[in-house]
Amino acid sequence: MSYVIIGNSVAAVGAIEAIRRIDKETPITVISDEPYAVYSRPLISELLAGQVKEEMMGYRAPDFYERHGVEAKLGTRVVSIDSKKKTVKTEAGESIGYNKLLIATGGTPFVPPMKGRELGRVMTFIKMDDAKKIEEMLPELKHVVVIGAGLIGLKAAESLHHRGVKVTVVELADRVMATVLDVEAGKVVQDALENAGIDIITGDTVDEILGDNMGLVNGVKMKSGEALDCDAVIVAIGVVPNAAFAKASGVEVNRGIITDDHMRTNLPDVYAAGDVTEGLDYLSGDNRVMPIWPNAYIQGKIAGFNMTGEERIFTGGLAVNSIELFGVPVVTAGMSNVDSDDLEVLKKSEGGSYRKIVLRDNKVVGAVLVGNIDRAGLVTGLIRERIDISAMRERLLADDFGYIDFPVELRKERLGVAL
Amino acid sequence: MKTYQLPEVKIERDKDRCIDCQVCVRQCAFEAHKVDEDGDVYSEDEKCVACQRCVSLCPTNALTIKDNTPFVKDNANWTAETQKYIWKQAETGGVLLTGMGNPKPYPIYWDHMLLNASQVTNPSIDPLREPMELRTYLGSKPDKIDIKMVDGEPVLNTKLAPQLMVKTPILFSAMSFGAVSYSVCEGLARASKELGTFWNTGEGGLPQNLYEYGPNTIVQVASGRFGVHSEYLDAAAAIEIKIGQGAKPGIGGHLPGEKVGPVVSRTRMIPEGSDAISPAPHHDIYSIEDLSQLIYSLKEATEYTKPISVKISAVHNVAAIASGIARAGADIIAIDGFRGGTGAAPTMIRDNVGIPIELAIAAVDTRLRDEAIRNRVSVIAAGGFRNSADVIKAIALGADAVYLGTAALVAMGCHVCQMCYTGKCNWGIATQDPYLEKRLNPDVAAERLFNLVSGWSHEIAEMLGGMGLNAIESLRGNRLHLRSIGLSTEEMDILGLQAAGSPMA
Amino acid sequence: MKRVYTKEEACIGCRLCEVHCLTEHSRSKNIIKAHKKEFPRAISRVLVEELRPVSFAVQCRHCDEPVCVEACITGAITKDESGKVVHDEEKCVGCWTCVLVCPHGAPRRDLERRKVAKCDLCPDRETPACVEMCPNRALVYEER
Repeated sequence: MSYVIIGNSVAAVGAIEAIRRIDKETPITVISDEPYAVYSRPLISELLAGQVKEEMMGYRAPDFYERHGVEAKLGTRVVSIDSKKKTVKTEAGESIGYNKLLIATGGTPFVPPMKGRELGRVMTFIKMDDAKKIEEMLPELKHVVVIGAGLIGLKAAESLHHRGVKVTVVELADRVMATVLDVEAGKVVQDALENAGIDIITGDTVDEILGDNMGLVNGVKMKSGEALDCDAVIVAIGVVPNAAFAKASGVEVNRGIITDDHMRTNLPDVYAAGDVTEGLDYLSGDNRVMPIWPNAYIQGKIAGFNMTGEERIFTGGLAVNSIELFGVPVVTAGMSNVDSDDLEVLKKSEGGSYRKIVLRDNKVVGAVLVGNIDRAGLVTGLIRERIDISAMRERLLADDFGYIDFPVELRKERLGVAL
Repeated sequence: MKTYQLPEVKIERDKDRCIDCQVCVRQCAFEAHKVDEDGDVYSEDEKCVACQRCVSLCPTNALTIKDNTPFVKDNANWTAETQKYIWKQAETGGVLLTGMGNPKPYPIYWDHMLLNASQVTNPSIDPLREPMELRTYLGSKPDKIDIKMVDGEPVLNTKLAPQLMVKTPILFSAMSFGAVSYSVCEGLARASKELGTFWNTGEGGLPQNLYEYGPNTIVQVASGRFGVHSEYLDAAAAIEIKIGQGAKPGIGGHLPGEKVGPVVSRTRMIPEGSDAISPAPHHDIYSIEDLSQLIYSLKEATEYTKPISVKISAVHNVAAIASGIARAGADIIAIDGFRGGTGAAPTMIRDNVGIPIELAIAAVDTRLRDEAIRNRVSVIAAGGFRNSADVIKAIALGADAVYLGTAALVAMGCHVCQMCYTGKCNWGIATQDPYLEKRLNPDVAAERLFNLVSGWSHEIAEMLGGMGLNAIESLRGNRLHLRSIGLSTEEMDILGLQAAGSPMA
Repeated sequence: MKRVYTKEEACIGCRLCEVHCLTEHSRSKNIIKAHKKEFPRAISRVLVEELRPVSFAVQCRHCDEPVCVEACITGAITKDESGKVVHDEEKCVGCWTCVLVCPHGAPRRDLERRKVAKCDLCPDRETPACVEMCPNRALVYEER
């Protein structure tokens, strides 16, 4: 008997920790193409900014694998799965048998087909090596263009700015963080970035990356026709599931690997979790790829339990994002930026602070908080537990919204009983 | 109107110690502490009532409340207090109101009585090694008992009147729900159960949730008849007819409508928000015979299963009145001396009407003995018992047991600021404000009361043992164990005491 | 495991729990120094909510399935063998993800240090400071 996990990030850790809560014996093998023990990917921006040292990047203690009885095959890429023989094959030709297999290979940055994308110093920014590469070239960088004003792009921009590099962010939409923020919230964030000295170009995109005779980036040409000089380009448009090898091995893949509520794929004893999957969305009830850190852990955990035979149901992922840019914290949860007739929006804007709550049938389904984000989790909890907010509607936007505003019985249950 | 009243206290805040945590601000219902826009805390002396709540809770001991008795030109007649009262009335035109018991420096006779102890002869008893009986029974005792022998065993052939058994001669005095908070009632009830003694509802009725403590509860029937119904009488261990109260002999009571919230309203059976006015007399009692009718009505109502107590203030004619009460059929007479507390009384009455409990106990005990009816009633003394020595002296003077009111409140946190009537008690005692009431956790209240009475009981046992006695009942009325010091002959006569130094008779 | 529970019927809203929590988590553990001399000032991990007459203290519930542990991006928050949800300040980068997901709103933001502060059940004491110093026993530390 053995468990094999392909991938070595948060979903893998979720699975390992769940498996070991039930099954302390059976060997677990983790296979990852990255050479590092599990580290925190969201921290690469802090690493680049010089705020976190490499030795602090570990997501778990150095003895994590040992303590959990895990054999970690790092720097090893899996190329195929044979679900009949129950083996996975590595790039080096090694065949590793499994009884239960978890695919947790995460996502790959999406780089759209455009002229110049093969040039030197056209970068993506999701792995530790990406940060290290940028670090190496830092002395040569005076101006960097970041394509995409999502979480990754903006964190990359902030980090480079901290290192003294001039940054221009180019975003096709009309505002930053357009997937999760509405116009008002986007403006607060954009103001913060611009006040700090970052150039933001919205409603435009890079049409072509220009290179010099050394094959290195020296500028970009915008769709609008404008051209900018720069020394590097970071493409941060988004990530796509890293599922090609799985698909080739017979795993059913739509945008991501299709999973059921046990995190099972279509192949027997093969599970999938994290950014590679297309799992249930808690609020919409549809399946979709939700590349969100906590979601990956939870999916990994559910998969882990089910792999041991301990049945657990995945009730659906809830999109939550937290980011702080130049001292302005921004958090979003659920349907933070969806327009629909059945939704009711409460919002309040004061100074640099913005608070928005999205309701559907007297239940919170989405929230955005900018500036004062204290106790935002109370609202997230309302979403997750589908609590009727009729009795506290008037208080939802208050800065000091708290348990005091909850119905007494619910509050007592929450405070008296551990969730 | 601009007040001419001068601040009586000074609040000193040690700014080096103050951390601006605002605990004092939140704790003061009189708003003597405030916080300004910068978050700096400051105080307003004139609002302070010296209840010491802020001092007790200040986590850095930054606060001290000091006496700031206003300086008025030296004058024994027109003292600062006298002038304060006049200013107050000149501003309000009202009756001066106050709380708690008579604070005036009248003689405290307890402090002029000394207890005896055994030496060599009749050796003392160590209560840690030998049995010591603090238990006593409150109720009417027969003139004689008849015993018959059945199969060689003695069997009591006399029907005894109902008795209250107390494990220690200390009961909790009547304090009504409404005047005091629910937490106080719960604390008293729970402590009584633990201690094997009784608490007294006063005229506030018995809150529904406290019916389970009925076996440790004395319920009152007072002139307003608030909260009196058959389940109330049935729930109780004994019933007390309240005629008078030491703090305000001769006048009734008044619970303002603000204090009559939903629970008080249900318990007293009066509309929410209405004033609860207890008339000065019972309108059906104008004679001992009328009193007797009420006593027997209550006995009938409860089928002669519960002792009936009658509570009166200690007034000039207390001995004769007590005799009448005993003859009217009461099982217990409770006498409340002029230092007994109150939630609200006119200051002039509290400070000038009634007599000290020490004199009343002696006078009543003597009178009932002289009339050979002392056995017919038990005597509970009340009114300012401060410690276990006061209690044991009261018993030696002739009481069967004592009631604690003020001491119980002090145990629960009261600092005797005398502002009970304002309803803003910062200790959660004399208030119906739910925000303030929470400050008295019934768990804590019950525990502190239990501790206090346990401590006093230990001390009483020690002192009894020292006198060579092993039962509290052996001391009752045994005035030879007391000697007076510094009293006039008349006072010694009334108290029935010899001077310290005079030999055992 | 033992947890801190609030008894709202006994909470008097004095906020001494906050004062003593801050002190316990200061460098000096001296109440006056902690409040007046230490910069950055420690912050309390317990929060009193109040709408008079109701008040109660809220702090980390040390959940059985803590969402914060699952959501923490750096691995700073873990659940130890005793069941305690522990927070490693060294690893915390102040991303506020736990603030966003905790259904109790328990993690507090320490803006000076840019780190989260949460109840650690006072590892240096037998009974957490908030419980021990509550003047009205409105907080209890017990197994339920």
